[in-house]
Formats: sequence, structure tokens, C-alpha cells
Amino acid sequence: MAERAQPLSPLPGISAALLVAALIVGTLVAVLVRAEPGRGLGVGDLAALRFTLIQAMLSAGLSVAIAIPVARALARRRFAGRAALIALLGAPFILPVIVAIMALLQVFGRAGWLNDVLFWVGLPGVQIYGLHGVVLAHVFFNLPLATRLILQAWQEVPAERFRLAAQLGVNGWAMFRLIELPMLARVVPGALAVVFAICLSSFAVALTLGGGPRATTVELAIFQAFRYDFDLTRAAMLSGLQLILTSIAALIALRLSRADGMGDGLDRSLRRWDARGPMARVCDTIWIALAGAFLMLPLTALIFKGVTSIVSLPMAVWSAALTSVLVAVASTTVLLCMAVPMAAALATRHGRWIEVAGILGLAASPLVIGTGLFLVLRPVSDPSNWALPVTALVNAVMALPFALRILSPAARDTALRYGRLGCALNMGGAPFFWRVFVPRLRPQIAFSAGLGAALSIGDLGVITLFATSDQATLPLQMYRLMGAYQMEAAAGAALLLLSLSMGAFWILDRGGRWHAEA
Amino acid sequence: MLKLENCTMRTDEFALHADLSISQGTRVAVIGPSGAGKTTLIEAIAGFRDLTSGRIRWQGQDLGDLPPGQRPIAMLFQDGNLFAHLTAAQNVALGLHPRRRLSKEERAQVEDALTRVGLSGMGGRKPAALSGGQQSRVALARVLVQRRDILLLDEPFAALGPALKAEMLDLVAALVAETGTTLLMVSHDPADARRIADQTVLVLDGHALPPQSTTEVLDNPPDALRDYLGTAG
Repeated sequence: MAERAQPLSPLPGISAALLVAALIVGTLVAVLVRAEPGRGLGVGDLAALRFTLIQAMLSAGLSVAIAIPVARALARRRFAGRAALIALLGAPFILPVIVAIMALLQVFGRAGWLNDVLFWVGLPGVQIYGLHGVVLAHVFFNLPLATRLILQAWQEVPAERFRLAAQLGVNGWAMFRLIELPMLARVVPGALAVVFAICLSSFAVALTLGGGPRATTVELAIFQAFRYDFDLTRAAMLSGLQLILTSIAALIALRLSRADGMGDGLDRSLRRWDARGPMARVCDTIWIALAGAFLMLPLTALIFKGVTSIVSLPMAVWSAALTSVLVAVASTTVLLCMAVPMAAALATRHGRWIEVAGILGLAASPLVIGTGLFLVLRPVSDPSNWALPVTALVNAVMALPFALRILSPAARDTALRYGRLGCALNMGGAPFFWRVFVPRLRPQIAFSAGLGAALSIGDLGVITLFATSDQATLPLQMYRLMGAYQMEAAAGAALLLLSLSMGAFWILDRGGRWHAEA
Repeated sequence: MLKLENCTMRTDEFALHADLSISQGTRVAVIGPSGAGKTTLIEAIAGFRDLTSGRIRWQGQDLGDLPPGQRPIAMLFQDGNLFAHLTAAQNVALGLHPRRRLSKEERAQVEDALTRVGLSGMGGRKPAALSGGQQSRVALARVLVQRRDILLLDEPFAALGPALKAEMLDLVAALVAETGTTLLMVSHDPADARRIADQTVLVLDGHALPPQSTTEVLDNPPDALRDYLGTAG
């Protein structure tokens, strides 16, 4: 088709993409200039690298290994609450990391339920800190994601194939080998790569549950070099190392994964004729119950503990909460100002440029951008004055790849469906953008905004580099409470943080669907 | 006068050649086998497709450099003629100004146009709350307020039942007669052409032929058209 008319202008989107690329590449250059290549990596740095790789491999392996039977059970069983459970599997994406850790501590911590039970039975207690704690937290976050990715592949198996298998009387192991194994062979490498890539840049988990020479990730080592030793050269060198790691992992993950696990239609249940036996039923039930308990128990425990102390929270927590909300408002605004024009540009034929910026965003690590911005800002101004704007900006850049994934299918669809009509009515440029593009994308824009706001409210990352002791977002304030062993107050703050991030997501997402037309 | 001077439209699959003129105010059907290039011809006139060579002129003015929305042309597509998130009145109003709010007189103009197509008082409804025929009427009301010299129809009523389609064609004929608009209408149904078009452009074997009398062409079709129509007309 020699289509030439297009009512959407790619220029604003391309400008936004260039700004993002400049931010990511610019901070990277600032870091690399500072790093002294001659010095090489120290013993501690190599240990951090080794720990990062080991914990990411273990986390990915365990998450996916457990996700397979859980997804299988969810794919072939229908029960009350199934849709709710699958929806819940999407929640960890916007669950603040520090809240999840606090929740896990309620069950697996020193004074947690698990140790109570073990003590009562007369067994020695468990320690959550260290490698297994980090892996536990990562599995908590990524088991749901892996389950959704694999469940999606399961649901995409054509119903005819199951019908044919049922007609042939295939069951059990034969069914697994004939239909499910080939499907898993396609989806599992991608799921492993995605989880591995996510765990590589783990910061908040390692900060709270790891630490020490034997449980430090590269991302955490950047923070320590920066904050404890103020060794900018080492921070810069570690940032370079981290960037190589995340770029390779992001490229592999993009290559291997096709779906993003945020797709709709996961609550559809295929009609299956196999796995009717009592063994299969019991197994599936146990997997679903275990996975459900693993996800629900810690949060339930946290809510019970937090609800008693939320009324008596110290003033500092409330002011930190206000700060977090303001940062989230700024961050979401910046996110939308970048993502919506970029999605519009993606729908034109200049889309390829935008995708590059999106991929850059996936490979970028918040602490690397943070380090770079610190190095750039320091000669001109006191970086701590910039703590909150930088946090808002970095949060927006981190949410950008997800926002683009949410927006671009609807953007392409709108351009395809209404592009010619818009041209015929001479609506090119601003009128089409504001009167057609934005209203048509309202549900997706609201979903992205909800996601961006929730991620920003819950983020404990770059703020740790910049903040002085009198500045805090709610996650940082909560981390300080935990560090001071004020666990009651920390649990209350966690509940507040949980309500804020989930509430922000819910309000924005719902607001977008309000009176939305098909 | 709409003139296509030595126009060629080439795509990967085929090429269409057109050298013809259509006088102002006529109603012309564009007829030919599927895939012959009827839509290609209409899209080139509307500006959605570049000419490989040649010129398109309206009243002497070369349309070649004008984007679709700035040509003296209104067009209705096979589908997607209304924005689903806007009301009928808002959809019609886009024919007046896409950019700013309407003045009081302009709102009255929109209401008049809706009344003229038989949708009085339905301006507040969104397309989903209207039937297929009513949606076509909204699109025609917008064509009315656009006040363009030429109306191009790319089978916008194809999805309607036969009686409804005839009703819409009669409405189109009445509207273009009132406004003196030149009409080009793609159709795969000779009955449509007989109903409202006095002239017909045949699109056959890579050529768009100059307009001929519809009755004559359909009563004595050339062989290639006879094969397509399946009967002697």
C-alpha cells in the first residue's frame, strides 16, 4: 500500500524518545568517564558479580519450576475464585518491594509464624537473611509473573488440539508429552530469561535481606560504594558492569519472550477432558493451595499486624507519605508526557526509533542512572536538593517500557481504524491527537498511569542515593524504621504504603474505564 | 470539471491507468470486477494514494500537492466513517471545524444537517446507540456540512440490507442534487448504478475508461464486464 496520509505527527514522540535516550546514554557516559579502567575489579566486586548471577539463576529456576505445575493446575481446573486468584497473580507487579519484604518477615522472619511453628514442634528456627532470603523474596515476586506467562501459553494451545487428544483417549503423561511439553519448550526459556533479567537488577531486596560480603548484588554494591565509602570511581565501575549485565539479559529476554504476561483473556478456561482422575485432582488442588497460601499468607499477616499500628504512626511517616504521593504525581505526569506521544509516533512508520528508546529503558538500571545524574549534578548544585525530582524522573523512565507495551497496540489500532477518516476531515496533528487518539486510548493511558503511579509510590531505589536524613519517601522512611527495629511502626507504614500504591492504581485504572466506549 | 490527465497508479501487484474527465454535478458509478482497481482510483482522487505519473485537476487546479483533508472532496469509506467515542452531533461537527468549539450558528447548522437526514433530536447519541442505517445517515449529515464539491463513496452502504441500501442511495441522490455536488460511487452492484448514477466509469484490465451512459453500458456490456456480471446485464 502506498499509504502516505497519516494524521498523527511522529515529531513529539521522537523528541521524547531522544530525551529518554539522552538521559540514559548521557548518564552512562558520565559514569564511564569517571570509571578508571586500569583499576579493575576488586575481590568484593567479583563476589558481588558472582552473588548476583547465582541468586538470579536460582530465583529464575525456582520461580519457573514452581510456576509450571501451578499454571497447569490453573489451566485445567475450574473453581470458585479462579478468576480472582489469576487477577491476584498480576498484583505483585505493583506491590512495593519493601512491603513484600515486610510481609515475608511476618511469616519467615525471626519472630515469624514459621519459626513459631518450628519452635513449637521442637525444630531449630530458620534465618531469612542471606542468599535464601533474597531468593525467597524473588520467588514471591516472580512466581506469579512466571505463572501468568506460562498460563498464557497454556491457554493459547488451540482447543481443537485438546479435543483431538480427548478423542484419541490421550491422558496423563502422553498428553503432557504430546501437547504440553512442546508448548513448554517454547515458553519456558523466555520465562526464565525474563525472571533472570528482573532479578539481576535487584536492589531493595538485597538491601533489606542481603548485605554483607556474601549477599551483595552489583546494584547494592553501587549503593554501598556510593553511600558508605563515597568511592565514586568504584561506583562508576560497578555501574558499567551492571549495565553490561542488564543489557545482555534484556536482549536475551526480549529475544526469547513473546508475551508480556499482561494480556487479557487469562481467566478463560479451556474445556479439557483429561486429568479427571483423583490423583490429578489432588495434585492440582495442592499446587493451587500452596501457591495461593505462599502469596496470601504473608500479606494477610502484614495486614493484621499493620492495622493495629496504622492509627498511631509517627508524624514523619505521614509526611513521607505525602512526599511519596507528590513524587508519584510528578512521575506519572512525566511518564504520560513521554509515553503517549511516543505511542503515537510508534503508530506511524517512524516507529522503529521509538522502540530503540524503549529497549534502552529496559536495560537501564535506576542506580546507574542515579549515579550518572549525581555525577552530572554535583559540580553545579548540591545533589540532595534534587533527590525528589530525580526520583520522579527515574521512576518515569523505569515505567516507560511497560507503558509503551500497554499503549502501542491500541495506538496502532486507532491509527489504522481512524487514520484515513482523520485525514479526510483535515484533522492532522493536534486535533486528531486530542480529539481522537487520546480519547480512544483512555483506558490504556489510565492503566499506564495507574501502573506508573503505583511503581513510583512503592519505589525504593534511586532515592537512597540522594536523600539526606531529613528527606524521605514512604518506602525510605519504612526502611529506616525497619533499620531501627521499630517493627510495629514499620508494619503500619507498610500497610499505608500498600494502600497508597494499590489505591493509586485502582483509582487511575478505574477512572480510565469509566464510561469508556468500545 | 474533474480531470484525470494520463494518470498511472502503480503498486507491487498491478497498475491502473486513467485518462478521463467528469463534468461538474454528474453522478458517476465506478464499476468493474473485484481487484480491478476501483478503490485504487477513488483513493488516488481522495489523496490517500500517490500517483506514479499524471495529474488530477479540479476546475483547473492541480490537486496533487494537497493532503486529503484539504482537497475539495468528502469521502465515505467502507467502514469506520464515525468516531465511536463521539456523539452523532460531534461527529457531524468535525465536518465544520476539527479544531475549535462551534459557534451557535454552527451548532444550528449541525442540527439542520441531522434533521435533513432524518435524525432530528438524535445528535446526543453515540454510534453504538444507532442502527447501521442511522450511522450512515450521520456520516451523510457530516458530508452535508462539509460542503465539498466532490463526494466519493467507497461502498459505504455495503453492509446494509437491500432495502436500506436503496433508501440510503436515494438520500445520497437527493442530497447531491440539492447541493450540486459531483458524485463518484464505487459499486459492485449494477443495480446501484442504475438507481442513481447517470454515468458509469468502467474499470477493466488496468484501465479506467471515460464515463459512458450507465444504461447503455449495462445494457450492452463489453465482454470483460459481461463475464463479471454473469448475465447480459
